[in-house]
Amino acid sequence: MTAFAVVRTQSLFATAMLSGVFSLLSALLLVTLDAVDVAFTEAAVGAGISTVLMLGTLALTSRFERPPSHSPVIPLFVVLVTGAALVYGTLDMPNFGDPNAPAQTHVAPDYIGRSPHEIDVPNIVTAILASYRGFDTLGETAVVFTAGVGVLLLISGLRRRRRKEKEDV
Amino acid sequence: MRHHLILRVVTKLLIGSIMIFALYVQFHGDYSPGGGFQAGVIMAVGFIIYGVVFSLEDVQRVFPPWLVHKLAALGVLLYAGTGIVSLFLGYSYLDYTALSPHHPVHGQHYGIILVELGVGITVTGVMVTIYYAFTSRTPIMDDEAW
Amino acid sequence: MVEEAVRDWEFFLGHMNYWLFIVLMMTGFYIVVAKGNLVKKIVGLNIFQTSVFMFYISIGKVEGGTAPIFPVDMNIDPAVVYSNPLPHVLILTAIVVGVATTSLGLALIVRIREEYGSIEEDEILKIEKEIALQEIRLHSEVMGERG
Repeated sequence: MTAFAVVRTQSLFATAMLSGVFSLLSALLLVTLDAVDVAFTEAAVGAGISTVLMLGTLALTSRFERPPSHSPVIPLFVVLVTGAALVYGTLDMPNFGDPNAPAQTHVAPDYIGRSPHEIDVPNIVTAILASYRGFDTLGETAVVFTAGVGVLLLISGLRRRRRKEKEDV
Repeated sequence: MRHHLILRVVTKLLIGSIMIFALYVQFHGDYSPGGGFQAGVIMAVGFIIYGVVFSLEDVQRVFPPWLVHKLAALGVLLYAGTGIVSLFLGYSYLDYTALSPHHPVHGQHYGIILVELGVGITVTGVMVTIYYAFTSRTPIMDDEAW
Repeated sequence: MVEEAVRDWEFFLGHMNYWLFIVLMMTGFYIVVAKGNLVKKIVGLNIFQTSVFMFYISIGKVEGGTAPIFPVDMNIDPAVVYSNPLPHVLILTAIVVGVATTSLGLALIVRIREEYGSIEEDEILKIEKEIALQEIRLHSEVMGERG
């Protein structure tokens, strides 16, 4: 899997490219899981925007990673223990694709059954996104906006100050 | 990337179709996969591609930063404003029935289109803002180092 | 005996997806914990995040179901099974929010690089320590003069 290649490689440029490949592959996986909307987003975001952003960051910082100074044994141990705990947790989970799983039996049939005559929009995902869960989406939009403002505050403020310093000199 | 002729010609051809596709995804989101989030991202990709292949100055002449910032805020306002309008019409917040009281289903349609438009505008604005912010810094290393 | 074997096999196949996502998640977690480079850590976080997304979507999958979109003419066939649209909605927004927060993290890294001249965790810690020691020395000198 691509993820393992990301662990091994030291060139950050390759890492950025591999993470783009990784999201494209995961988009394919999402299509097979019936989540076309999500796959669409993942492909556009992961393979398009985040790769460009990664490259932008690399251009501003450095291209290579230094070899780690401490041994990877302790992190590996932590990761294995956490993984084992999670696997133990899944033993009680319902089987994959089980129509009687708890996730399938509460609100979902309600949304699927009601949206045709209440909202009359073929794409149920859109109907839930914009109407039933409009508050959620409003919150998400606000988060995206806040993140944008944060990036602006972090990296475009300094330039002006620098220019001022130059003028002072 | 001044010397990459093929890249520049192909980009010119692509940008138009990317933008039209973004608009299609935006307004056809009720019927097929898509919606504000995806459309916003695709639209932003259209601008970013222009910036990458040509230059930052070129894309900022087409889509100046102040406009991008205003748009990002406008999208959230449009979304929240839809909710406020339904409040003033005597319904609860974000209840789209208010937009067409005799025909609740139509009201839902209008509401969804407005809200998705708000989401799309915000996402485009924010993504392009982030791109501008990253690329407008002077890079520490030059292009040849790649 | 055969029945039991079949049930075991179904259990194994039915839980395979969770285990795959756990492996993926742990890969991301390992990158975050073990690697010193900040950009690498962000990529690791992204992998972690994607594994959670896929976990959600796989919960929403229904056996024999199809994508949750009705036919355009709205003639709904009650026999068609649709996958659960709710996780799709949640993850859809989460992806876009995820990329926005990722870019926030990258912006922080750019600023750190400008201040410290490095994006390696241990180097930054070393520089921090030196700065702290210098400040302590400075303070003690000032206090000493006063005393």
